[in-house]
Amino acid sequence: MQAKRTIFPNKILPYMLLVPQLAVTLIFFIWPALQAVKSSFELADSWGFQTTFVWFENYRRLFVDPNYFASVGKTAIFAFSVTALSMSLSLILAVAVNRVLRTNRLYTTLLVWPYAVAPVVVGILWWFMFNPTIGIASYLLRAAGVDWNHRMDGNDAMILVIIAASWKQISYNFLFFVAGLQSVPQSLIEAAAIDGAGPFKRFWTIVFPLLSPTTFFLLIVNMNYAMFDTFGIIDATTQGGPAQATNTLVYKVYTDGFLGQNIGSSSAQSVVLMIVVIALTAIQFRYVERRVQY
Amino acid sequence: MKKLALLLSTSVIAALSHAPQAAAQTEIAWWHAMDAQLGEKLEEIAAGFNESQSEFKIVPSYKGTYAETLTTAIAAFRANEQPAIVQVFEVGTGTMMAAKGAVYPVYQLMADHGEPWDPSGFLAPVTGYYSDTDGNILSMPFNSSTPIMYYNKDVFEKAGLDRETPPKTWAELETMSRQIVESGAAQCGLSSAWITWIQTENLSAIHDQPFGTLENGFGGLGTEFTFNGPVQVRHWDNLKKWSDEGLFQYGGPGGGADSAPKFYAQECAIFMNSSAGRAGVIANAKEFEVGFAPLPYYDDEIAEPKNSIIGGATLWTLNGKDPEVYKGVAQFYTYLSQPEIQAAWHQFTGYLPITNAAYELGQEQGYYAENPGSDIAIEQITRGTPTANSKGVRFGNLTQARNVVDEEFEAMLAGTKTAQEALDAAVERGNVILRDFEAANAQ
Repeated sequence: MQAKRTIFPNKILPYMLLVPQLAVTLIFFIWPALQAVKSSFELADSWGFQTTFVWFENYRRLFVDPNYFASVGKTAIFAFSVTALSMSLSLILAVAVNRVLRTNRLYTTLLVWPYAVAPVVVGILWWFMFNPTIGIASYLLRAAGVDWNHRMDGNDAMILVIIAASWKQISYNFLFFVAGLQSVPQSLIEAAAIDGAGPFKRFWTIVFPLLSPTTFFLLIVNMNYAMFDTFGIIDATTQGGPAQATNTLVYKVYTDGFLGQNIGSSSAQSVVLMIVVIALTAIQFRYVERRVQY
Repeated sequence: MKKLALLLSTSVIAALSHAPQAAAQTEIAWWHAMDAQLGEKLEEIAAGFNESQSEFKIVPSYKGTYAETLTTAIAAFRANEQPAIVQVFEVGTGTMMAAKGAVYPVYQLMADHGEPWDPSGFLAPVTGYYSDTDGNILSMPFNSSTPIMYYNKDVFEKAGLDRETPPKTWAELETMSRQIVESGAAQCGLSSAWITWIQTENLSAIHDQPFGTLENGFGGLGTEFTFNGPVQVRHWDNLKKWSDEGLFQYGGPGGGADSAPKFYAQECAIFMNSSAGRAGVIANAKEFEVGFAPLPYYDDEIAEPKNSIIGGATLWTLNGKDPEVYKGVAQFYTYLSQPEIQAAWHQFTGYLPITNAAYELGQEQGYYAENPGSDIAIEQITRGTPTANSKGVRFGNLTQARNVVDEEFEAMLAGTKTAQEALDAAVERGNVILRDFEAANAQ
């Protein structure tokens, strides 16, 4: 079957059609990014009266600041935990729903709901439940003998933001896993069943390997989500505290730049983050999309 | 391409800034950080001014928390979209004062437009806090507060204490809290909003301890923090000890969002907060009677406690508007200074009466006699002769430094640092912030 090709003789038209998209990208993404790079080399007062070019001073100070490395560590713990927790739970849920024959539509709909909730609302929700004074969850925990206080205990605070951030991401992962599971050929599973493989054996030797493209994709997306998209949750629950226990890199950019008016350092930090995003995206495109085969 | 970008950005800006415009009136934008009841009261004041004349129209807009309002105003200034008036909290004073080109000092504004201006009419602590080194007031005082102590009279009685005798010293507070907790009258003795402002800055002022060098920063940008002295360490040590014993409960960083609910829910018997929290306390303390008292002090450190220091905010006039706008701003400030307006605002909100005339008016009206405890704040802030240590604090980037103090306080509560270590670390990290500010603002 030969597709009919339409040829536009006008050489400018394609560019004209691209202009709106390019304009949006340039104005809202490229230009601010370049601004950030520029101000990361500058020392400026808040009002923008005096700006001094200081070369790599902002970066140098960043990389000798123990608080910055503490924040890197916290971000790693946070991103890893959120990714592991939300992906494993959503895989379990997806497998469970996949086995239900009748009402899986209903379960799917219900499980997807949290994804529609705004991050700040998620934060408030969990903050409210775990509030040391008025929260129902902390009340129950106290009854069970756990002294829950995320205001004072850094570990409690970390657990709280991990739970809140994972809860929100489960829906997204769940959808992809359900779709992935549905594309696993039924014949393979049936053949294994005839050979005497039990449900666990079938899952680990057939379903899980066949899901690997989905899993790798979600791994990258979840890492990205945990590192860059959880600002609202942290702001609404712990504000990076106590004692910087939940001060992730993105939140630190906000506190230093927005609250502290330290534009230079904040820009340097966002440039570092920009490089991380670029690296993660490159890995996804070059490595994951090509090599994950089965 | 460039044209399109220009077109896009200008049309966005146009859409944002040129909302409905009255033809004859000059509009004056006033950005503020007052929400809920305070915001409504503030809008009432603006409406009152708008009705009093027809030439100008004050347009108040709520811009979020104090920190957000300041940041938004700075960003707007950089984009040349600033309001004529912005409400800035006391913490931002150092930042504003260093921004000489951005600010139209109020004393100059009033002189330029022939409006009456008498600095001596304002309360001395207020003038002192917002004046430059030559004694000129730079911003229009609006809502000033100072921390006071609120206590639950019913819980005091239940614990076997006298309901009319709040603790005067920290030693008394400790004993009473222990009795309250041990008798089961409440779960905890004390909770406090604003750990940095109340339990560190004000603690230093009341005990005549320096918070920083160069007269707490009033003397110039070269100032350094020194709040790791013996009194501050002793107090933080105590708070940690009381926290471990359950006598004190921490309510979170900054304004301590969780501390007020602890008091309202009768979990903690004593609560320290801004005098401007009065309206909120009265509205929420439905099931018990509230008492008001000055902040306690260590009687073995100082015999006569000094005055407490100011919180709250002032109105800063920003440069870059039409002369006509500033004429309106000056008239508005005159309107705002009237004793009736000031007294009504003070009595409704719990902020201090900013002018002596407003305070006297309140006395004439019998307000303080009818509302026991409503004059605690003003008595506390005007007691004694202010020293260099109790005049106030003036540091650049104080918002950031306060975050650092909160973080180190949390590290101490978590047990990773002693009080001395935490305060030393806060001073050290705070000084880095001060040097950054000095470097960025050196003229």
